[in-house]
Amino acid sequence: MHEMGIANSILEAVQKEAMRYPGNRATKVGIRVGELAAIDQDALRFCFEVLARDTALDGLQLEIELCPRRHRCHDCDCTFIVREYDFRCPKCQKVTPQCVSGDELELAFVEVEEEDEPTAVGRKSSQ
Amino acid sequence: MNRLPLEEKVLSENDRIAASLRERFRHHDVFCVNLISSPGSGKTTLLERTLEALPRDARVAVLTGDIQTENDAARLKRFGFPVKQITTGGTCHLDARMIERHLADWKLEDLDILFIENVGNLVCPSSYDLGEAAKVVVLSVTEGEDKPLKYPSIFFKSALLVLSKIDLLPYVPFDAKAAEENARRIHPGMEILWVSCQTRIGLAGWLTWLQRKRNAYLELKAATVA
Ligand SMILES: Nc1nc2c(ncn2[C@@H]2O[C@H](COP(=O)(O)OP(=O)(O)O)[C@@H](O)[C@H]2O)c(=O)[nH]1
Ligand SMILES: [Mg+2]
Ligand SMILES: [Zn+2]
Repeated sequence: MHEMGIANSILEAVQKEAMRYPGNRATKVGIRVGELAAIDQDALRFCFEVLARDTALDGLQLEIELCPRRHRCHDCDCTFIVREYDFRCPKCQKVTPQCVSGDELELAFVEVEEEDEPTAVGRKSSQ
Repeated sequence: MNRLPLEEKVLSENDRIAASLRERFRHHDVFCVNLISSPGSGKTTLLERTLEALPRDARVAVLTGDIQTENDAARLKRFGFPVKQITTGGTCHLDARMIERHLADWKLEDLDILFIENVGNLVCPSSYDLGEAAKVVVLSVTEGEDKPLKYPSIFFKSALLVLSKIDLLPYVPFDAKAAEENARRIHPGMEILWVSCQTRIGLAGWLTWLQRKRNAYLELKAATVA
């Protein structure tokens, strides 16, 4: 289970980024995870929650964008999503072994909010 | 609310160290192989047979990872080559920093091949670049031919599949052809070697593969430098 280490790296990156915006707190982080990245989403979410609890990032939301496997056909200069291990180019039907994405494990964005806005609890009760 | 784009790998710190290791290996012409499998698939045994077959003056070394014990290092040290155990103390994979730390007192200019035996695990090691020139996944015939489909990441990222313990094929209902097909569904054109460390069938092919890949690695360097 390496999701603990991955969750920790994400939180560290958010912390670092948030420090560049004093007076703001991070509310959400977005990551991109490829289908070939060997990441278990549920395990990652669980570790993320546990690690963030009782820290300055408590309640930080995690948005995961799943990225499918994509191949590229040189003849047609096109990129297509591979489904069911079908590596044939949709245009020319040639089998194209060149994989161009699907193993990403990347940070995509952080959302920050000004600190002096109501806290999470205050916001809920005022709605 | 303010959304700030982040263009960075999650494991950028590991990737940074791995890149510096890769550069050092390249500089010193060290061909580094990262061996990955489930526990018990035969990584250490394959390395024992490899070291045993090499001439005594071969310039090879091994870093071997496990969660606990120095057992594998003890098995491998018998052959007289430099061997170091990395005990991770619970972590289910090796990371680039562990490699960097354990290489600190070895001279890379004295090496032609560095073998890294990863911690037994088909999932986690796949995410951690160690600066290797090639990942090699070992799958034994007692593990089931569907493993490439269940653990696609490592089969996708490995240059070679070593199908191990093929001496046991008569005793287990393992469809080796299906295993090959599954591996190549994940990784079109994947190189596959059938090996038994018991009967030594296939070991010559493995040694040839290492030599061929190392030569290609050196030629690529020569081509990019020129
Ligand atoms: N029959 C047979 N057994 C093997 C072979 N290779 C390894 N083994 C056995 O499999 C067990 C695990 O091997 P080991 O090399 O320690 O696996 P590791 O955990 O991947 O390093 C040991 O009992 C080995 O003797 C093989 O080619 N054939
Ligand atoms: Mg071992
Ligand atoms: Zn095409």
